[in-house]
Amino acid sequence: MEIKMRRRQGDFLVDAAFKGPESGVTALFGPSGAGKTSLINMVAGLLRPDAGRITVNGLCLFDSARRINLPPEKRRIGYVFQDGRLLPHLSVRANLSYGMHRTPADRRFVSLDAVVALLGIGHLLSRRPARLSGGEKQRVAIGRALLTSPALLLMDEPLASLDAPRKSEVLPFIMRLSRAYAIPILYVSHIMDEILNLADHLVILDAGRVVASGNLDDLMARPELQTHLGREDYGSVISTVVDAPRDASGLTRLRFHDHLLKVPPIAAERSAPVRVRIAARNVAVALQAPSATSFQNILPGRVDQIIDHGESFVDLRLDVGCFLWARITRPSFLDLHLKTGQPVFALIKSVAVSPGAENTKPLYGQQCHPDACSKHR
Amino acid sequence: MHFWHLTDIEIEALRLSLWVSGWAVAASLPIGILAAWVLARLRFPGKNLLDGMVHLPLVLPPVVTGYLLLVLLGRNGLIGAALYKYLGIVLAFNWKGAVLAAAVMSFPLLVRAVRLSLESVDQGLEAAARTLGAGPVRVFFTVTLPLMAPGIITGLILAFARSLGEFGATITFVSNIRGETQTLPLALYTLTQVPDGEIGAMRLCILSVLIAMAALVCSEILARRFAARMRG
Repeated sequence: MEIKMRRRQGDFLVDAAFKGPESGVTALFGPSGAGKTSLINMVAGLLRPDAGRITVNGLCLFDSARRINLPPEKRRIGYVFQDGRLLPHLSVRANLSYGMHRTPADRRFVSLDAVVALLGIGHLLSRRPARLSGGEKQRVAIGRALLTSPALLLMDEPLASLDAPRKSEVLPFIMRLSRAYAIPILYVSHIMDEILNLADHLVILDAGRVVASGNLDDLMARPELQTHLGREDYGSVISTVVDAPRDASGLTRLRFHDHLLKVPPIAAERSAPVRVRIAARNVAVALQAPSATSFQNILPGRVDQIIDHGESFVDLRLDVGCFLWARITRPSFLDLHLKTGQPVFALIKSVAVSPGAENTKPLYGQQCHPDACSKHR
Repeated sequence: MHFWHLTDIEIEALRLSLWVSGWAVAASLPIGILAAWVLARLRFPGKNLLDGMVHLPLVLPPVVTGYLLLVLLGRNGLIGAALYKYLGIVLAFNWKGAVLAAAVMSFPLLVRAVRLSLESVDQGLEAAARTLGAGPVRVFFTVTLPLMAPGIITGLILAFARSLGEFGATITFVSNIRGETQTLPLALYTLTQVPDGEIGAMRLCILSVLIAMAALVCSEILARRFAARMRG
């Protein structure tokens, strides 16, 4: 997918250009008011850019130079709105099939039964949207968009209107569907946790402009982008594989770059890829390997880069085979006389494992439909 | 004379009233929905003028509206002469003219109710339907129109009731001809003008009340059924 567009709305200018992969989840990340929704509304054809070009899977949806502007119903784009937008006068079944019936039979590759099974909405089919909970509504909305057999699925903060329990109810379904169908997903969110769970590719948007676009792991390691990712989210993202689901101590052992990482037990099979996030404030630094310590994870490495914000703390980028961020206080930094290239040990206090991150087993429910799995990317 | 036995005049007036009101409502409904849609959704120069035109019958004295209809659509009127010459249609002094008078008089009520309900339809739902592959016309018929149903029901009942009660414009435009243009209110008026007409007038009065009540009950039932449907 290739997106390049400009639109002025009052004082606000959206001027964004990025390329995304034709499969997998591309996350569109940015603070509220960054123009994320405007951007995907333009992709969907609900908002017309002043100028630009939008191509998805080789199909040109909009091109101001060639005067192409496909209407939304011709774009083959599924859209999951933040507020669901189920048609209130139709039953769940009629909502699901509304778009499916508009899609020519020979172009459908998503079946109603498969979607109903995937999203676990079989018991809701005869209900009206008013009788559904927030999480159920969003699942039906996802199914409805999926059943148009779209070339691209847009999701505009589909979890934003849900409370925490409902979020964890819907998230596994989105993770599952991104694996079950070879449909690229453009996922809008300002919550880094959701993105780490879902996305492979990241586009960072701020004030209507694309700050950076690329592989998620690569972007997360770039120091100049850390300010855009928010102070709370400051840290490293590392792709690992499961070495042992349960080791002798009852923890899950993950492996990356010849290192082992012990984390609280997760439901994953051996050699399944798992993405972990380590907040910079949870990484301490020592010059010698501590002999007696409560730290479970100690990795040897060296200081790659020192970033001094001129505040009470200093950020270090450690090279432990991949990059690992550490945030230490200024007095500690001065005491240790740290220099670039110096060998150190990284002491990791805690690791956040993205639950059910890429390609791990769904947290609950059955596996995806066999037909759907054949389209597994 | 038995109380429940309707006289010929009463039956004629009742039949004609229902016939004229039914046609008036049926004819003005599609145009009313179109006008409501244009007023609610489009922006164009002269929109206020159109809005004013639609609402004019509501504020003008009915006799004035009837007189204007006569001037424009009478056999020798500006439009009426052309209608007769080219299409052979005569509106003055027959039931079709009564339908027109009732439709014009009830039109603003219909448009107001329909427009209100249209403005309350979430355009986000229409956008969602577009992304599901439905073109604008299909979206209108499968999303917008069903969601406007409560307003349309209200508009229909208001317009029907207004048509049943139409007097001034009707008597001015198509006169008071028994069996042709003499609807319930006109028959009632006629009975008040003759000696010993009090009982007949009272009977027509009761009849009018009964019809109005029946219409209200119908609309209430329809509205409830719709609300229940939306609740699932």
